[in-house]
Amino acid sequence: MTTTDKSGIKRVAGAPLLELNDVKMHFRTKGEGLLARGTKWVQAVDGVSLTVQPGETLGLVGESGCGKSTTARLITRLLEPTAGEIKYEGVDIAHMSERKLRPYRREIQLIFQDPYSSLNPRHTVGTIVGTALRTHGMVPKGGELKRVQELLEVVGLNPEHYNRYPHEFSGGQRQRIGIARALAARPKIIVADEPVSALDVSIQAQVMNLLENLRKELGIAFVFIAHDLGVVRHFCDRVAVMYLGRMVEEGPRDALYETPQHPYTQALLSAVPDIGVVRGVPPKHRIRLVGDVPSPVDPPSGCRFRTRCWKAEEICATSDPALERKPVGDTVVACHFAEPPVESIVAEAV
Amino acid sequence: MTDQTVRAPQTVTRTPRARAEGEEAYLEVTDLHVQFPTADGKVQAVQGLSYALPLRRTLAIVGESGSGKSVSSMAILGLHDRKSTWISGSIKVGGKEVVGMSEKDLMSYRGADAAMIFQDPQSSLHPFFTIGAQITESYRAHHNVSKRAAKARAVDMLGRVGIPNPSRRVDQYPHEFSGGMRQRAMIAMALVNDPKLLIADEPTTALDVTVQAQILDLIADLQRDFGSAVVFITHDLGVVAEIADDILVMYGGNAVEHGPVEKILGSPLHPYSWGLLESIPAVSGTPGPLHPIPGSPPSLLAMPSGCAFHPRCEFRDRVGGDLCRTLKPELIPRTADQGRTSRCHLKEPDKVFETEVLPRLP
Ligand SMILES: Nc1ncnc2c1ncn2[C@@H]1O[C@H](COP(=O)(O)OP(=O)(O)OP(=O)(O)O)[C@@H](O)[C@H]1O
Ligand SMILES: Nc1ncnc2c1ncn2[C@@H]1O[C@H](COP(=O)(O)OP(=O)(O)O)[C@@H](O)[C@H]1O
Ligand code: SF4
Ligand code: SF4
Ligand SMILES: [Mg+2]
Ligand SMILES: [Mg+2]
Repeated sequence: MTTTDKSGIKRVAGAPLLELNDVKMHFRTKGEGLLARGTKWVQAVDGVSLTVQPGETLGLVGESGCGKSTTARLITRLLEPTAGEIKYEGVDIAHMSERKLRPYRREIQLIFQDPYSSLNPRHTVGTIVGTALRTHGMVPKGGELKRVQELLEVVGLNPEHYNRYPHEFSGGQRQRIGIARALAARPKIIVADEPVSALDVSIQAQVMNLLENLRKELGIAFVFIAHDLGVVRHFCDRVAVMYLGRMVEEGPRDALYETPQHPYTQALLSAVPDIGVVRGVPPKHRIRLVGDVPSPVDPPSGCRFRTRCWKAEEICATSDPALERKPVGDTVVACHFAEPPVESIVAEAV
Repeated sequence: MTDQTVRAPQTVTRTPRARAEGEEAYLEVTDLHVQFPTADGKVQAVQGLSYALPLRRTLAIVGESGSGKSVSSMAILGLHDRKSTWISGSIKVGGKEVVGMSEKDLMSYRGADAAMIFQDPQSSLHPFFTIGAQITESYRAHHNVSKRAAKARAVDMLGRVGIPNPSRRVDQYPHEFSGGMRQRAMIAMALVNDPKLLIADEPTTALDVTVQAQILDLIADLQRDFGSAVVFITHDLGVVAEIADDILVMYGGNAVEHGPVEKILGSPLHPYSWGLLESIPAVSGTPGPLHPIPGSPPSLLAMPSGCAFHPRCEFRDRVGGDLCRTLKPELIPRTADQGRTSRCHLKEPDKVFETEVLPRLP
């Protein structure tokens, strides 16, 4: 059954809150060097599928350049995908017009990594959050200022500071302003792109606790991007691992961290330095990856990880492994030879 | 078909190194103060820092941004601008006094006695010169050798830091290298003159974990081969646990805790160190709630009186009188263990940690 509410959003009953099907984003670039002719395509995202249920948090991890931020900008429709479906409550918004997108822009909010550059330095905090309220038609009867102050309080800022400018706040406080601005829209889902990466550990923990409370109290779903695997493990119900524009593994948090099946996930987890070693946890066997991540302009055929994979065989170069559930294990994985860690790489870290 | 041996990943395990115990200090920092006069007032970036480090040992310096980690380390290399910086105290490296050293002496001191690698390779690699030319130049500044010999040395160094195909790569420009390779090239340049002291200022913060792991191995290997003393600045306690022998925890321009890594990370004695441990979500074990430190770090223009941490400390009421607010604690041993020091008035901090802090670590 499909209903359309007065915001203009069509909702299909029983559909996931967010669903990406084989989404691709290819950017056109000029070739480099003298011999380069014509245009080349950066395959920044090349076949990402994921679902997020209401109130759920999905973590997105992977090395720099693998397409996490591009995925975030696709979900929030700051980019129009080259191919694939982006469904919100069952309706494809991938190519929707700006006018039709308006109500969706309210329900799907983005929080950026850099609390400094994402806030207009010439506007007071009150103006920044107030503008968000007006843009989304969320000014309540009690008036704009009252709601702004409520929001500042929710994110742990002094409500009396509404007339201060961003530079008068610390990094952690600026990130709280960004969160207040996102909350002004009363979103159902927040896409947070490295929201705590630029913060010091003690401040990072404050912001994470804030996000966690919002999730519990307001039931907001999250797509949470971070390169810190500890932070993701702490915050997320499910975790997806990306490599060179593709999703290579996805699953419930504990399954992914304890019995990862994709060689890349195993290598990534084994490389995280663990404070446990000083408390008597035996040092782990770290998988040493050779070579660099290939260019997304000219990715390897078949499995994109094959140039660095110790298990690669002929089939890996000719056949692209599908992201699928295997007879064993609780994650979905894109690998011809997926298996839980043979060596107790991760088991030893527990 | 491939057999099992081919199918196994190449793995490495970092084994704890044999400690260089009781050795004479190679680096000795004593009562170091660094201040910057600015329009808003005097920025007291470092306020009486003291520590010592022997050869073959790695000291990790941890602390929040602005706590004085980089400023104190740059002073060791004599990198501060004389006109706009006020420095007092003493920094002895291999017996030489660095504070007040002439620019000429600094030139021969840097590179051979002490070298530094930075977080951002861009800051030490020039975009217009090949990697090889830059390493060669560093080498020839300290060695009277032909260009050809210096280039051979550059190729050798690039190979040692794990750059594939070094004889071809040596003629490339920085932009032709990936981020991890630029970091390696910078390390090659820092080590080309076999410095006895290597200072690494957040060398892996900008890198992915898999690349970070390679760089950490590299620094550990090179240290073993060259027998250098290493100061490693980072805010990642996981990295500290894996590579350091000792830790110095800095807060508001000063050391608040110092000692061997297993002790400081295993059973710290300072409330700020406790706060750090309670803020870090682990990658293994059962995930627990985080207990962040309230508030934010102090302004170096207006430092809190007494203990710099007192406005954020939940234990200050346990200390008698108004001591935390009025008297700055000394960095001294606080328990029977003389091998570690901390700057805090709290009585029996080891018991407080065991009974109150340890049970709630994430
Ligand atoms: N507008 C664009 N034009 C061309 N290439 C782009 C564009 N935006 C992103 N890319 C490329 O797409 C790839 C994925 O970029 P993206 O920013 O999504 O990475 P990321 O996973 O967020 O990385 P990081 O961890 O460094 O933030 C990169 O190779 C990047 O250079
Ligand atoms: N040239 C300078 N002029 C004024 N203040 C400075 C200068 N360099 C550093 N500072 C200040 O000194 C303090 C310590 O900085 P730093 O050592 O870089 O911190 P970190 O521990 O993050 O490395 C900071 O507050 C910084 O802003
Ligand atoms: S498909 Fe082949 S190359 Fe890709 S991860 Fe699996 S084994 Fe490795
Ligand atoms: S001296 Fe007082 S305020 Fe400072 S850390 Fe110790 S207990 Fe806390
Ligand atoms: Mg990004
Ligand atoms: Mg610094």
